Amino acid sequence: MGAIRQKLVLIGNGMAGVNTLEHILKLSPEQYDITVFGSEPHPNYNRIMLSYVLEGSKTIDDIILNSWAWYEEHHITLHTGTTITAIDTQQKIVFADNGLTAAYDRLIIATGSNPIILPVPGHQKQGVVGFRDIADCSVMLETAKQYRNAAVIGGGLLGLEAAKGLLNLGMNVTVIHLMADLMERQLDTSASAMLKAELERQGLHFLMEKQTAEIYGGERVEGLTFSDGTKLESDFIVMAAGIRPNTALASASGLEVKRGIVVDDYMQTSAEGVYAVGECAEHRGVCYGLVAPLFEQGAVLAKQLCGVQTKPYEGTQVSTKLKISGVDVFSTGVFLDQPELTVIRKQDDWKQQYKKLLLKENTIVGGVLYGDVSDSSRIQQWVREGAAMTEAIYAELMGAAGTALSAADRVAQMADDEIVCGCNGVSKGSIVKAIKDNSLTSVDEVKACTGAGRSCGGCVPTVSHLLQYVLGDEYAGQKTKTGICGCTSLSRDEIVATIKEKHLTTVKEVMHVLEWHNPEGCSKCRPAVNYYLGMLWPQEHEDEKDSRFVNERMNANIQKDGTYTVVPRMYGGVTTPQDLKKIADVAVKYDVKMVKVTGGQRLDLIGVAKEDLPLVWEELDMPSGYAYAKALRTVKTCVGQQFCRFGTQDSIGMGIRLEKTFERIDMPAKFKMAVNGCPRNCAESCTKDIGIVGNDGGWEMFVGGNGGIKPRIAELLCKVKTDEELVQMVGAFTQYYRLTANYLERTSEWVERVGIEAIKAEVVDNMDRRRELYQDILAALAELKEPWSTALEEQRESSYLFDAIQMK
Amino acid sequence: MTTQVNQDLTYIKIGTLEDFRERMGRVIRLKQKEIAVFLTTDGTLYALDNRSPHRRGGPLAEGMVSGHFVLDPLYDWKIALDSGQVQAPDSGLVQTYPLKVEGKNVQMGLTLEQARQLGLE
Repeated sequence: MGAIRQKLVLIGNGMAGVNTLEHILKLSPEQYDITVFGSEPHPNYNRIMLSYVLEGSKTIDDIILNSWAWYEEHHITLHTGTTITAIDTQQKIVFADNGLTAAYDRLIIATGSNPIILPVPGHQKQGVVGFRDIADCSVMLETAKQYRNAAVIGGGLLGLEAAKGLLNLGMNVTVIHLMADLMERQLDTSASAMLKAELERQGLHFLMEKQTAEIYGGERVEGLTFSDGTKLESDFIVMAAGIRPNTALASASGLEVKRGIVVDDYMQTSAEGVYAVGECAEHRGVCYGLVAPLFEQGAVLAKQLCGVQTKPYEGTQVSTKLKISGVDVFSTGVFLDQPELTVIRKQDDWKQQYKKLLLKENTIVGGVLYGDVSDSSRIQQWVREGAAMTEAIYAELMGAAGTALSAADRVAQMADDEIVCGCNGVSKGSIVKAIKDNSLTSVDEVKACTGAGRSCGGCVPTVSHLLQYVLGDEYAGQKTKTGICGCTSLSRDEIVATIKEKHLTTVKEVMHVLEWHNPEGCSKCRPAVNYYLGMLWPQEHEDEKDSRFVNERMNANIQKDGTYTVVPRMYGGVTTPQDLKKIADVAVKYDVKMVKVTGGQRLDLIGVAKEDLPLVWEELDMPSGYAYAKALRTVKTCVGQQFCRFGTQDSIGMGIRLEKTFERIDMPAKFKMAVNGCPRNCAESCTKDIGIVGNDGGWEMFVGGNGGIKPRIAELLCKVKTDEELVQMVGAFTQYYRLTANYLERTSEWVERVGIEAIKAEVVDNMDRRRELYQDILAALAELKEPWSTALEEQRESSYLFDAIQMK
Repeated sequence: MTTQVNQDLTYIKIGTLEDFRERMGRVIRLKQKEIAVFLTTDGTLYALDNRSPHRRGGPLAEGMVSGHFVLDPLYDWKIALDSGQVQAPDSGLVQTYPLKVEGKNVQMGLTLEQARQLGLE
């Protein structure tokens, strides 16, 4: 480039500002020297997901959007824990509280909002917080460990999410709301009432139309007094009564500020070279408090700063979706009944669904959905385009017989620039383009490719409908002529048949003989073909490590920082004091970052360095638990007859036997089992690939259960009387699955595709076939070696896999 | 990106041909820096920074190698081994290093700037 880079300073290290930087780096990476100031001690994280941190489904690390390394890689200077206190717009310099200064050519203010802390007496007491950042979240998590009663002031979106989080943390939670309706800024009275009833069912308490007059207590809060004189005892208060744009710095520096920092259609403030973006900005009289507008504003601002032609920002048609488990709520545009509006309404108390559309002189101006929000993107589009109400729309929305649009038709009618994923700002257009350009076939691939659906998951149904819309019948397992991936047009069955017929024995040979379009395949077909070869030629196939995913290649689970997790076998979830001690000693010696109990009744040693893996295995001297593999993971057991007063069968003994019999063998996908000693089902057989339940006369065997992304309850395959019969049945079922399933197809999908009756005919009803399948799997099992000790033997000859070449 | 022309390079030995296996990456550690070296089916050796340009980072050496590409083991991005260019729809760039083979020895070229950063002069 040669030109001197201009200086760009960003105040505020949050989603709006950093998203703008990401756009700038894409458009013109060489143009600016970038410096970022953030008050919080963290890199940029996803504020929307704090609710998940609170409920424990995600860690702080999981919600980091841009790691420290990202700033480094793009040569961005980052000052965290640093607050800018003044801007000299004449000299173009910013001043920080710790004495740092920075000169700028262009300045972006993205200081976001602050929670409104009600100025009632006692609001400074210990135990009163907002719900805005990681620090607040940490306080809430700590508090929940020590205290029992929490009050949340504010029954809006944020308040309800905070309340639900605290409830999940085991606190007794009361939501205090000034108005008669929850979420009254997004919902009408009917939808509010349904929402309140559902949240009460989930365990929240509500005090409506209460105004807090005082917070009483000693140093720490002990409760609240309301303006009507009533009281509520409480050890902890979360203020979620709203947010206010954080404009103090802009005001003090002489920028024009009303409710927010005033900006024009290109996000420019009243000062030359100074821009504002996100919640702190006020555009055409509106301050936004949601994430979608930030992405639109950031895109316009980035183009403006890089000298790229752009349409002006004209504001965002906002809509609300509340994501609390079991509650789907949506609203957009005008949602309250008014005399001059025509209202179309449908309320169904039995299905807990509510729909409403509002018209102004036959133009659609707003809508509310509760319970079923699948029409949300359509309604958003109608409102944005000012669509006129027609018979067709009426029939579609109100479900007149035979005219309801399919989901695919619905997404077909979405505009290309409509944002599907609000968390990551991904539009319908970019998803459709990604599907077409990269021959994507699954939601996960769209996630990996575009980022849509990676955060809260709320848009996953729409993403799935978009796949259906682009791919038609090829999507969702419709059997049309499509290859197993973009590298070949051959189906799984054609590939397997040719391997058998021509006796092909290596991945390269298969791809060559079958004329793959992409001669060395991809991460989808390489592991699949390697699996099919092993399944067909158990005695002669040499496993090909270069076609294995990293976890299977290394016999350990890789973590995002490149360290690994080691999980030794603990047959049936049973261990000994000696083994526990050994695991503890190894964890201490190798400075393992965390020891965690897994869902499958064993121990995770998380955070082992790659070069330490062989040493850890050697010292553990235990078999691999295959926690990384498309193979039998663990057999979960209940206490059973050995100790339990209800146990009718020795579930522990059977679990250990099954795990020892069927471990190590490759399967199309990961495989989980459970054994219960009675129908109480303490080991959760109903959500396992094979779930076994003991009773007084023998065993029941259930198959095709799944507790994962698409939960499915297992179906009864058969009942048997003896242990021997059970082991044989498990072996035959597993082998039939190994022979016929697509690679990566879990039994839950396979059972649905093949049908339980067809499986029964093959495995249960036909004794000869059952014996043959069982003998085949035993023969394949006999070929297998314990991978950790094998790796150690190989390591003695060559440390290729684990050791780096160390340069002096 | 501008290409560097007539750059003086310092070559350092990073190993011998026996140190590398077809389609199985290997890590070279230089001071605090990790380089991933890949040998493709046609016998070409490539060297890149052992770090994915994905915003969450992570190593590349354990990725599957297909033709002249490596597939990011954590995020499945497709990265060209010769240019370090991440393939659409993802975007990003990995630093690559020229290699030359003399006899059995494999040598990696560093610009003066890179060598200085590694304290290798």
